[in-house]
Amino acid sequence: MAEFILRRILQALLVLFVMTVLVFFGIHVIGNPVDLFASSECTKACLDEIMVNLGLDRPVWQQYLIFLGNLAEGDLGRSFTHGVPAMSLIWERFPATLELAVAALVIALVIGLPLGFYAGLRPDSWISKAIMGLSMIGFSVPIFWIGLIMILTFSVKLGWLPAIGRGDLVTVFGVRVSFLTVDGLRHLAMPAFTLSLLMMSMVIRLTRAGLREVMTSDYIRFARANGVPEYRVLGWHAMKNLLIPIVTVLGMEFGGVIAFAVVTESIFSWPGVGKMLIDAISVLDRPLIVAYLIFVVTMFVLLNLVIDILYSLLDPRVRLGAGAV
Amino acid sequence: MIIAERPSRLRAFTKAFFRSPTATIALCVFVAMSLAAIFAPLIAPQNPYDLRSVSILDNLLPPGEASFGGMTYWLGTDGQGRDMLSAMLYGLRISLIVGLASGVIALAFGTLVGLVAAFRGGWVDSVLMRIVDLQLSLPTILVALILLVILGRGIDKIIVALVVVQWAYFARTVRGVALVENARDYVDAARGLRLPPLRILFFHILPNCLPTLLVVATIQMAQAISLEATLSFLGLGLPPTRPSLGLLIANGFDYLQSGRWWISVLPGLVLLVLVVSINVVGDRLREVLNPHLRG
Repeated sequence: MAEFILRRILQALLVLFVMTVLVFFGIHVIGNPVDLFASSECTKACLDEIMVNLGLDRPVWQQYLIFLGNLAEGDLGRSFTHGVPAMSLIWERFPATLELAVAALVIALVIGLPLGFYAGLRPDSWISKAIMGLSMIGFSVPIFWIGLIMILTFSVKLGWLPAIGRGDLVTVFGVRVSFLTVDGLRHLAMPAFTLSLLMMSMVIRLTRAGLREVMTSDYIRFARANGVPEYRVLGWHAMKNLLIPIVTVLGMEFGGVIAFAVVTESIFSWPGVGKMLIDAISVLDRPLIVAYLIFVVTMFVLLNLVIDILYSLLDPRVRLGAGAV
Repeated sequence: MIIAERPSRLRAFTKAFFRSPTATIALCVFVAMSLAAIFAPLIAPQNPYDLRSVSILDNLLPPGEASFGGMTYWLGTDGQGRDMLSAMLYGLRISLIVGLASGVIALAFGTLVGLVAAFRGGWVDSVLMRIVDLQLSLPTILVALILLVILGRGIDKIIVALVVVQWAYFARTVRGVALVENARDYVDAARGLRLPPLRILFFHILPNCLPTLLVVATIQMAQAISLEATLSFLGLGLPPTRPSLGLLIANGFDYLQSGRWWISVLPGLVLLVLVVSINVVGDRLREVLNPHLRG
């Protein structure tokens, strides 16, 4: 067991190392950040001075080592445009993204589970077919377009919901959140719903497929034969087995949702890390781009690591079969 | 193509496919859209890239409005006075080219990797599959974002990015199918005949992977078109001079708040119909080709 976890951690570290190399050297290929700072009268001497200030006069491999050393201390450099440490910008913006992603997760479960249940219990009714058709659209349509349609409908035409920003914030345990004020909820509704669509489609499909499989199993038949009321059969006995794949898939998808929030945040001007990344890309703010990518990749690798370890604790087959897959 | 060599199986397959009315309609829609894209220069009322035929005086006209010169814009015009119908036909062309080109390259590369992994086994297999796992564990949009930030804009660059995010799916699928096929009797028989390994690989094993590959390729193409639209919308994919559907939608976004809906809603509808029809076809292919359902 310990060996499995150790090997998995080493693997995660290796992935992280490879990613830092890719991201750091990749970013160095693009654009010259000096141009961003230089005014038009800037002479050769002043250009050199900017180079030295940014640490760009050293060879790339030295810059990388310095970057790694700083990274080990949690310092990812200063943002070129904001002039503050990139990590502090990310920590400042991340709660907004996290709130959006969690809200999307909740919406996906609250709407997806009942729809999936219905479609699984009455697979041949036309409502079920409509539900499955909708889930197909949720899978295939680029969500940014759905976001646009929602803005058009609910903000421009009907004027019910605001199209941009986070609205009124409340500070809870030092974190500013939107979902506790009416205004914040109105701002949160459209972006969260848009972001939830992909997960919702997944929940619908997994619930339906799982339910159809579970309902033919013996333990459900015995529960029914024993006179267990139907709502308890479905809501408790069937649900317990259904939730395993759903929790697994959603857990693995959650990192993807954070990454996908880039799109949702750009549409709704939600002030999270995704919007920050797009802004940083448009002005070539190298440290901020690198910091975001390292941050998200780290989060992703950690998430996968935790899921793998939890899985191996729950299911011995995983660790015995590891490596041979 | 193994399917072509056995006409009876091909006929059974087509018959099974067309038994679903939804899939039949979806396939017709997809073919019609592909034809419209191929013949866009012939059927489009205007060449949207030719600045002489575009008049800025005609900008932001709603659908059905007539132009200064008397021509009617059935689907309206965009901010530069381009005819939306023509812009969409050309945009569809670019979206399809990007989807198809990246799909074909990813398919070729992924298939090669998958076959090599399955056939060689051992450490080659483990190394290749570790790379595939790593690739698949990262969200596609994140990988594509990183690549496009580094590579910059351009049709070739977005194709490279889409190939990188797609090849691993093909590699894993092919490896899985090839491993199963590798253990079958006919492969043993071919080995018994001392056929060269490469011949067994490409003429015996590969043809039997094709049905599964076809399903994955269809679904990947829909994903690729969708992802390209998303990236272009974020301003990371294609250059503004040759707008794909995603870029058209992005251009319209600025006008959405003022109620000029047609500039982004119409290309979006085209994208929606395109991607959904490809997905419906892919779903049907899976049902027809899946051995569990075929029985």
